[in-house]
Amino acid sequence: MEYGFTTAAYVVAAVLFIQSLGGLSGQESAKRAVWYGIFGMALAIAATLYGPGSSNWLISLVMIAAGGAIGWYVAQKVQMTEMPQLVAAMHSLVGLAAVFIGYNTHIEMVRVAGLDEAARAALEGFAAVIAHKAPVELSILRVETFLGVFIGAVTFTGSVIAFGKLAGKVDGKAKKLPGGHLLNATAAIVSLVLLVVYLQSGSTLALLGMTVAALFIGYHLIMGIGGADMPVVVSMLNSYSGWAAAAIGFSLSNDLLIVVGALVGSSGAILSYIMCKAMNRSFVSVILGGFGGTTGPAMEVTGEQIAIDAEGVAAALNEADSIIIIPGYGMAVAQAQQSVSELTRKLRAAGKTVRFAIHPVAGRLPGHMNVLLAEAKVPYDIVMEMDEINDDFPTTDVAIVIGSNDIVNPAAQEDPNSPIAGMPVLECWKAKQVFVSKRGQGTGYSGIENPLFYKENTRMFYGDAKKSLDALLPMID
Amino acid sequence: MKIGALSEIFVGENRVAMTPDSALQLVKLGHTCVIQAGAGAKAGFSDALYAAAGVEVLATAADVVAAADVLVKVRGPEVAEAQALRDGQTLISMFWPAQNPELLEIVKERGATVVAMDMVPRISRAQKMDALSSMANIAGYRAVIEAGSNFGRFFTGQVTAAGKVPPAKVLVVGAGVAGLAAIGTSVSLGAIVHAFDVRPEVAEQIESMGASFVYLEFDASELPDGAATGGYAAPSSPAFAAKQLAKFRELAPEMDIVITTALIPGRPAPKLWTADMVAAMKPGSVVVDLAAERGGNCDLTVMDQKIVSDNGVTIVGYTDFPSRMAAQASTLYSTNIRHMLTDLTPKKDGVIDHNMGDDVIRGATVAKAHEITFPPPPPKIAAIAVQKPKEKVKELTPEEKRAAEVAAFKLATRNQVGMLVIGGGLIMLAGLYAPAAFMSHLIVFVLSVYVGVQVIWNVSHSLHTPLMAVTNAISSIIILGALMQIGSGNWLVVILGALSVFMAGINIFGGFMVTRRMLAMFQKS
Repeated sequence: MEYGFTTAAYVVAAVLFIQSLGGLSGQESAKRAVWYGIFGMALAIAATLYGPGSSNWLISLVMIAAGGAIGWYVAQKVQMTEMPQLVAAMHSLVGLAAVFIGYNTHIEMVRVAGLDEAARAALEGFAAVIAHKAPVELSILRVETFLGVFIGAVTFTGSVIAFGKLAGKVDGKAKKLPGGHLLNATAAIVSLVLLVVYLQSGSTLALLGMTVAALFIGYHLIMGIGGADMPVVVSMLNSYSGWAAAAIGFSLSNDLLIVVGALVGSSGAILSYIMCKAMNRSFVSVILGGFGGTTGPAMEVTGEQIAIDAEGVAAALNEADSIIIIPGYGMAVAQAQQSVSELTRKLRAAGKTVRFAIHPVAGRLPGHMNVLLAEAKVPYDIVMEMDEINDDFPTTDVAIVIGSNDIVNPAAQEDPNSPIAGMPVLECWKAKQVFVSKRGQGTGYSGIENPLFYKENTRMFYGDAKKSLDALLPMID
Repeated sequence: MKIGALSEIFVGENRVAMTPDSALQLVKLGHTCVIQAGAGAKAGFSDALYAAAGVEVLATAADVVAAADVLVKVRGPEVAEAQALRDGQTLISMFWPAQNPELLEIVKERGATVVAMDMVPRISRAQKMDALSSMANIAGYRAVIEAGSNFGRFFTGQVTAAGKVPPAKVLVVGAGVAGLAAIGTSVSLGAIVHAFDVRPEVAEQIESMGASFVYLEFDASELPDGAATGGYAAPSSPAFAAKQLAKFRELAPEMDIVITTALIPGRPAPKLWTADMVAAMKPGSVVVDLAAERGGNCDLTVMDQKIVSDNGVTIVGYTDFPSRMAAQASTLYSTNIRHMLTDLTPKKDGVIDHNMGDDVIRGATVAKAHEITFPPPPPKIAAIAVQKPKEKVKELTPEEKRAAEVAAFKLATRNQVGMLVIGGGLIMLAGLYAPAAFMSHLIVFVLSVYVGVQVIWNVSHSLHTPLMAVTNAISSIIILGALMQIGSGNWLVVILGALSVFMAGINIFGGFMVTRRMLAMFQKS
């Protein structure tokens, strides 16, 4: 009876979760969608606490309350520019939880196996579920547990490293230990061997050994991926955390866990796919780290970067009718979104058309720029996707590039030998005039020269993006 | 080093090679400046202004020549001026070395170094010191102004209470710097502007300035490749010339103002606007010939004069357009000179380092240390990147399109069916061995993945970050597992379970809260 009710609650929760994801198709429906998610989660937890196999209510509630308080506090405090770090950090928690739960399953399995018939019958809760399993089911359970721990462990260290890179605590450059991918492959093979061992014997040592190997894979895999590929990495880890939940769901025979795990897993996988497509790179080449080998010498860039001061930019902006702003990670670093918003407000008040062009991989998280601009109160209906706006550049008077580099690199189209050849880019150089706000003359994350900076209609507006824009603001009328 | 500016002795030359502003900039490079008294007067810069800028004003040219290590001038030196140069002294000015071999000999004898501003290579890096371009820009602008002052009507079309005024029609021949400047000025005055150039690739520049490009109908093979000779047009082939004249003849009766700027390096100007074309023009029309100094593009042009043809067409053959705007021209020219000196003073310490390894400096230097260094070797960097022939996208016929669509459809069908067969086969294979309980979970799993894929594709790009935060929050559904385990078994299970609940709790609240915060920010305008 009780069990039926729990299952019914799970069905409702699953529908709510699907609604919650589906609602994200539009900005307005999204606001409703979060509530679906929250209610779904509340329902699922309540039903589980009420349902069979749970006890220790007190500890559970205290722990939820304590964790919730911390989560609440962090969510209120976090800066929108720090969003990528936060997401990565939260993935690591899911990964670690998956590892713990997997271990619990293992411990229970060992304990139940040691009991006699009478004691088994007296068991309740989760142990009872295990006790009723047939030998075949037990070995499947072992595989599931093993997988859950493996994916969880990879997610955990991977997310921790991703967090470190995004927060600037770990060097963002792609780094590999000597041996490179061979080390990863070895660790994976060791894990596979340990799986067989574990299936045969159920030995705790095998599980521990695999955990160490998986932790290493997570660490080494993400260390080898450069900062520019972070959007892919974060969505990939998102996907992993989902698969970990699904694997745990299998081992616990909990359908809701399986459903949600599959939803999250496929969501992350699709995001990774979209990001890879936006960079014209295969998923494998991102995972293997670094930019792929070039096929020849890069086209020589001739000319010079011509600098301009705030007065010059202001004069051009005052004369322009249509303006497109292209923000990138540099805007986030300089915390310049408020200044950008103010600039937009002033220009729009002067009757000019101002729009934003967002490249799918701008920033360090899918959709990062949209969130930053939204935070600064830039209306979302003037924020355009690459495909929507790319054809409009030739009729645009001024394009302003703020802290982006590779996503506006014409070499992707002009130089077949460029490492980013074929990557879709924002064709801002087709605008009548281009201003590039940039800290210095360095190259972007990928380390590629950007011929845009040398074009005749490009002027370099050097300096910290926020300071530059603040200097510019009073001159706009 | 001491930089000295001389007064121009050429009759009618109003420009000066140093302005008070440029002198201030030169001082920043570590130089000191001197100027001949009254040198800037005709350009509107009084000696007092120079003195205020810290420039020492010397009475005569001889004083300046004696005092300065580097002399700057606008026009090339007269013979007397060249002979006054001393060994090791540098002269920076226009020089036209190809036309003045005897001057070159003199400076070689004297041992002076000559940097010819007209020999600055036309590469992007050297644009800031390209005096020919900056002067041509002024000439183009002034040509329109001269045309306007000799033209009896408005440029712009107007409908007034007193009647309708048609807009003036302007034809600009030759779209170099001067031509483009003329186009820009005419367009902004409101005229209808047509422009012609032998290089079809400048059509884009012409159209970007608001003029329409006059196309000649040719087979592609007949077109000359003008870009190969450093940005200037090569002499056209006879077939091309005939066709272009025919086109001009056709246009002549319609045009009110014709501005010709066609020059070929080292040759007399091509005759493009023949006497019969002038005869075909309406009375009151104006022809401004910017090529007058080299013989003129128009048959009737008289150098340095304005004449009126038999049918009342004014033909302006002035050669001193930049000098007619001396203040502006001096400002730009002195800036060109200043940039040249910046490159010659790399350390900004007032010491000239005449680096002959530098393409720009090498190209501009025509004489140095008793040697003639003209003509320079070809620059290392090609002036204009040779354009790759654009691959033509083949227009597909409807049948081909249809065939391609069918092929794509077949491929997609094959892929999809293949994946379904393989996937289905694998699942069925699993079903042979796995127990029923597992299979029921597997069904849930596979269907959920399917639902997930369908739902996520619809999520809008801009909401990807909230999507990640939400999926992150709901992936802590893993809390259910911990809740189920926390009550059963030994203390280790309880501790690990409690920790998992704790971490998942952080995630649930953190994830949902932050999503709500983000979504609340999205506002419509």
